[in-house]
Amino acid sequence: MSDLANGARGDLKLSHITKSYGDFNAVNDLSLTIPEGSFFALLGPSGCGKTTTLRMIAGLEEPTQGSISLGSTDITHTKPYQRPINTVFQNYALFPHLTIFENIAFGLRRRGIKDVDDAVNKALNLVELPHLAQRKPTQLSGGQQQRIALARAIVNRPALLLLDEPLGALDLKLRRQMQIELKWIQKEVGITFVHVTHDQEEAMTMADTIAVMNEGEIEQMGSPADLYDNPGTAFVANFLGQSNLIKGTVSGNDGANQIIDLFGQKISLQKNRSHAVDNSIYAGIRPEKFRISRLETATSGNVLTGGKVEDVSYIGVSTQYQVLMPWGQELMVFEQNDDGVAPFSVGEPVNISWEPIFTFGLRGDEDVEAGTEVSPDEDLDEE
Amino acid sequence: MRTVSRWFQRNLIRIYAVVAFTYLFIPVAYTFAFSFNDSRKSNLVWQGFTFANWQNPCGAPEVCSALGNSIKIGFLATLFSTILGTMIAFALGRYNFKGRSTTNLLIFLPMATPEIVLGASLLSLFLVFKINPGFWPTVIAHVLFCISFVVVTVKARIASLDPRLEQAAMDLYANERETFRRVTLPLVAPGIAAAALLAFSLSFDDFIITNFNSGTMTTFPKFVYTSAARGIPAQANVIGSSMFFLALAIVIIGQFVGRKRKVS
Amino acid sequence: MKKISTPYLLLLPGMGFLFTFFLLPLFNLAQTSTQTPISGGDTGQNEQTWRFGNYVDAFVANKEQFSRSFIYATIATILALAIAYPLAYAIAFKGGKLKNFMLVLVVAPFFTSFLLRTIAWKQILGEEGFVVPTLRSLGIISQSTTLTSSAFAVVAGMTYNFLPFMTLPLYASIDRIDPRTLEASGDLYANGFTTFRKVTLPLSMPGVVAGTLLTFIPAAGDYVNASILGSPQTKMLGNVIESRYFKIVDYPTAAALSFTLMAAILILVTIYVRKAGTEELV
Repeated sequence: MSDLANGARGDLKLSHITKSYGDFNAVNDLSLTIPEGSFFALLGPSGCGKTTTLRMIAGLEEPTQGSISLGSTDITHTKPYQRPINTVFQNYALFPHLTIFENIAFGLRRRGIKDVDDAVNKALNLVELPHLAQRKPTQLSGGQQQRIALARAIVNRPALLLLDEPLGALDLKLRRQMQIELKWIQKEVGITFVHVTHDQEEAMTMADTIAVMNEGEIEQMGSPADLYDNPGTAFVANFLGQSNLIKGTVSGNDGANQIIDLFGQKISLQKNRSHAVDNSIYAGIRPEKFRISRLETATSGNVLTGGKVEDVSYIGVSTQYQVLMPWGQELMVFEQNDDGVAPFSVGEPVNISWEPIFTFGLRGDEDVEAGTEVSPDEDLDEE
Repeated sequence: MRTVSRWFQRNLIRIYAVVAFTYLFIPVAYTFAFSFNDSRKSNLVWQGFTFANWQNPCGAPEVCSALGNSIKIGFLATLFSTILGTMIAFALGRYNFKGRSTTNLLIFLPMATPEIVLGASLLSLFLVFKINPGFWPTVIAHVLFCISFVVVTVKARIASLDPRLEQAAMDLYANERETFRRVTLPLVAPGIAAAALLAFSLSFDDFIITNFNSGTMTTFPKFVYTSAARGIPAQANVIGSSMFFLALAIVIIGQFVGRKRKVS
Repeated sequence: MKKISTPYLLLLPGMGFLFTFFLLPLFNLAQTSTQTPISGGDTGQNEQTWRFGNYVDAFVANKEQFSRSFIYATIATILALAIAYPLAYAIAFKGGKLKNFMLVLVVAPFFTSFLLRTIAWKQILGEEGFVVPTLRSLGIISQSTTLTSSAFAVVAGMTYNFLPFMTLPLYASIDRIDPRTLEASGDLYANGFTTFRKVTLPLSMPGVVAGTLLTFIPAAGDYVNASILGSPQTKMLGNVIESRYFKIVDYPTAAALSFTLMAAILILVTIYVRKAGTEELV
């Protein structure tokens, strides 16, 4: 068993993984490669199958179909304790009857390592809690338990570290701090991290690659910037930040650009940023990419005219507007408060403009609401 | 006057608790007091104070052999019922299997059966197989009525266990056996200990089932019952009181040690 | 394959034990209940004649004791519930640091044998005790009234003896109630009594059901309280079964009575549990 635990290294490869519970496919024909040494995030709403995927990687669930391999070793059906993979559990799952020291030493001892002191102390130092070694888990704060759970996993030097909503139970400030720290620790130890979360900000802060999951499938995968700037589906556009999606048709070509007709007004879109398959298209623009201007002000780039300010929210760094367009749609506009121009007031007629390179195009048959609805059980545990 | 009545109102429930506890302890106090009764003939009325009964608790004939039998039976019944009951509790608490509801019913039924029926039916079985009532039939009878209580107690403890702890152990290279030995068992242990304590006190204090299956062997409750007619010797009060203080001391020391361990 | 067999292996010894020493004896008892004495044989020698009339005979001859068993047990259960509920409530909500100590106190009387305690009551409330003479001299009871050897004493004894069985499950379910739900009820215009009736009581129902069952079942089958604290006029079914077994050596009648008692209790319990709406007991 320890041969395998120490031996296998390399990229993690999931091929055509399906996990069914009766008629329901929690994970549906999912294929994925996670390169060695990366910080990878599985991002999605509750019930999207991300936790099930993680549990299959850990060996706590067996896939109904498909295979999982680590480097050249197939681990699809090996037991959790035969995999060089460790998990930081949701709510940490520290053993309440053991001291912190023994919690961290648990994995080393099970692998038959006699002298654990050095390794455990190093792990405790890494998470900056060496003074807590002899305490019991119940005597620790949430943040401390979180670090100990991390130390307990890392001390084994696994090929892969799985983090299941690891920061979910912490308050906002502590979460921010831990995000930075986790990123630093990952660089420090060089272990592949696979991080499951429903918090897009958390995923974007830490991961180099994010896979956005929805209904048991991967919607899109890429770097945080890729996903944000050029989302491929309405779900990604809405789940990762906010988007304005405007219905239109492709009406012509202009070199590297397509000309899009949005309710009679023409804008341009780079061809390589369009995911549309036919003439029917949604033009997408992030709210902060819009500029809002009075009618007499000169505008350039893509322009939509005939707007009317419906609502103004001043939130310090920026002002958020809801602008009603002639075709009845309300667009969101975020303006940085850095230009000394007095905010617009409700009812004022305005134009909206943006740089054409910020436009992205989605298939016209998409559900524009996908990924926007926040279910009431958002923060509940999966399973 | 107003403040008095308000104080009374606010503390009504506390006052009630004190009264209820007094009620619970009146017979215990009586038993304790009469263990000092100088009762050479009858322990019914107060005759005078003496330490003689405490100095010679085995003074009354048979009382100490009865106590010995009760302790032996209690120990064996606790041992067997805890082992069997814990195994059943693990099966029910950790696995999904066919026949689960039948099992649950078979566990519930002995608790829903009056002791006298349990005792009588067991005796009739022993009679059919020409087994004489006595020590071992009594042990079997005690295991029978303790087992369900053990299952219920241990099962509750298993149900309150976070399954993620066992998953974490497996994740940290512990195989099934090690996971059970290093994580599951230590965490369920307090439940098993509580079940064992319950089983012992049920067995030690049982009269009805014992009366049916013990034949001529005496246990402590049987001794008390049979001697009730001619007056219980004060030595029985000594033993009853000692058991009370012993049990109280064990529980309090146990709690104290538990708390200390938590703090350090 | 391994996953399927493990639970059965765990169950095997315990279930085997229950089968051999619980189900088999019950089956045997059922057989015995339809036997008749061998004519000309010794006392206690019976033959299997499948005479179901035994049940009718036994019931008719003992219907007073039968109804007494259920009436006494019902009254004792209600009294125990009334006494134990406020106590369990006090421990759960006002116990504070003393919670565990108070729980120990609830169980502690167990360790003095219940027979010793029952006999202590008999002596405290008996003619030689101090309670009866005091009450008589104060004129609260008449010169001829006794407290022991009465139905009152039997019911009181049962109430006392089964009180911890009632208190512990009640405590367990009251303790699980989040006190904030009671505050919320108050916040939503419910007074103390309404809060109790609409929030506390429904939430503590599992404890009420478990406690009443743990009190009623042993009380209905009890004969110790009746024989120590009662008189020939307060004999319960348990007393009859006991004397049929040991004094008259009439096994078929004793078996028939045992079975009737068990069946009656099971029927009542089933109806009660259905009504109370808590099926998951074990």
